Amino acid sequence: MGQRTALYDAHLAAGAKIVDFGGWDMPIHYGSQIQEHNVVREDAGMFDVSHMTVVDITGPQATAYLQFLLANDVAKLKEEGKALYSGMLNEKGGVIDDLIVYRADALGGYRVVVNCATREKDLAWMNQQIAKFDAQLTEHPQLAMIAVQGPEAIEKAKQAASPEQAAVIEQLSIFQGLPCADWFIGRTGYTGEDGLEIMIPQEQAAAFWDALLTAGVKPAGLGARDTLRLEAGMNLYGNDMDETISPWQAGMGWTLALKDEREFIGKAALLAEKEAGIEYKLVGLVLETRGVMRSHQKIIFTTSDKTGEVTSGTFSPTLQQSIAMARVPADAGTECAVDMRGKAVPVRMVKMPFVRNGQKVYE
Amino acid sequence: MAQIPAELKYVASHEWIRDEGNGIVTVGITDFAQEQLGDVVFVELPEVGSEVNKDDSIAVVESVKAASDIYAPISGEIIEINEDLADEPEKANSEPYDGAWFFKVKLSEESELADLLTAEQYKAECE
Repeated sequence: MGQRTALYDAHLAAGAKIVDFGGWDMPIHYGSQIQEHNVVREDAGMFDVSHMTVVDITGPQATAYLQFLLANDVAKLKEEGKALYSGMLNEKGGVIDDLIVYRADALGGYRVVVNCATREKDLAWMNQQIAKFDAQLTEHPQLAMIAVQGPEAIEKAKQAASPEQAAVIEQLSIFQGLPCADWFIGRTGYTGEDGLEIMIPQEQAAAFWDALLTAGVKPAGLGARDTLRLEAGMNLYGNDMDETISPWQAGMGWTLALKDEREFIGKAALLAEKEAGIEYKLVGLVLETRGVMRSHQKIIFTTSDKTGEVTSGTFSPTLQQSIAMARVPADAGTECAVDMRGKAVPVRMVKMPFVRNGQKVYE
Repeated sequence: MAQIPAELKYVASHEWIRDEGNGIVTVGITDFAQEQLGDVVFVELPEVGSEVNKDDSIAVVESVKAASDIYAPISGEIIEINEDLADEPEKANSEPYDGAWFFKVKLSEESELADLLTAEQYKAECE
């Protein structure tokens, strides 16, 4: 038996199929992953993401610490609550984890959300680096987290929330998070739809989950979460990047704040890699014939002997065909095929994301 | 719990076989198999008229989660395939034992029928 979130019983009551996910017993789906996916694209779905790790950074040098720790720059967070996506890199420029950081003035600094599967190494690294700074790191394992996502997510979440919480939800701009008493409500997500990620004391989680059900929000499992994020062109740590891959090669170049003198871990390696020429890039692939691309399948090119590899592949319920992310040689051209069970099947290289706000976006 | 109809025969690779009499059997995948696969999105079937040998990989089921080979549970000639599965692969999830039959085989070795598992034996395979 793995660890269980405060919503475990609620999942069973909703008919969840439970699987092990990084040591946690989590719902993979509640009957049909595709239906749950479509609900999020068309209406509102909710995910239990309580397994994710919430860490607050406080103290006089909280900003200086995060500026040194992260490849993106928290100085960009000009307004209270604003959020930033960043890689946390090692000295070689490899990605230790990707994370979201909110400027949380009311909590005395910043709130950081990191992945569940990387929790221990992340905390060890963050604690090691914080020693040189007058700043403190506090984990909040007592917080559950519910992501409510979809075009109707905000309206339905407001119905399920108290008037005070609804007022906070109302005022949030996209990619902003604010506390409301012992809750923290972020207008963020991992689906390519509008919505909220709500951190809530675990003893209140089941009651809020039920209120969301009453408001018409449907439970969605980790399976749908994966197809949604892939359609949205969002990376999954461990699949699309890891400690051996730099942000340049993981489609994360846009998260690198390199324009000023700021020193951060991995910067020298990133600059050196750019100088030498970045060898691989992450691209989107669309398979316009039958079949489903899967991670680790090989990508072969018409005009080059070099090969690439699928990092994440799936069937896209929105597009009704297979889509994938693949790491490919930067100079191999665009005409390529995926090696599917020994057959070279032509695929189209596209600019991600594949889907935003329910609609196909690539050319 | 997965449904395992008593009147059907099975193989351990999770196909079911219905004896239609007159040397013809209908084949599909079991409820247990579809539960394990999750939402089915493509089904690739063998060609009508092809000769298959027991244990040959002759079809592929792609679900959101994985691709799975489907094995011929018995030797013979493919005489009919379920064309509906091309447009409605989700039937493999919703009606594994009726609407989502995969193909029909005219047996070349009727004796192979005796090697198939009963519902009870197959149930033990799923535990």
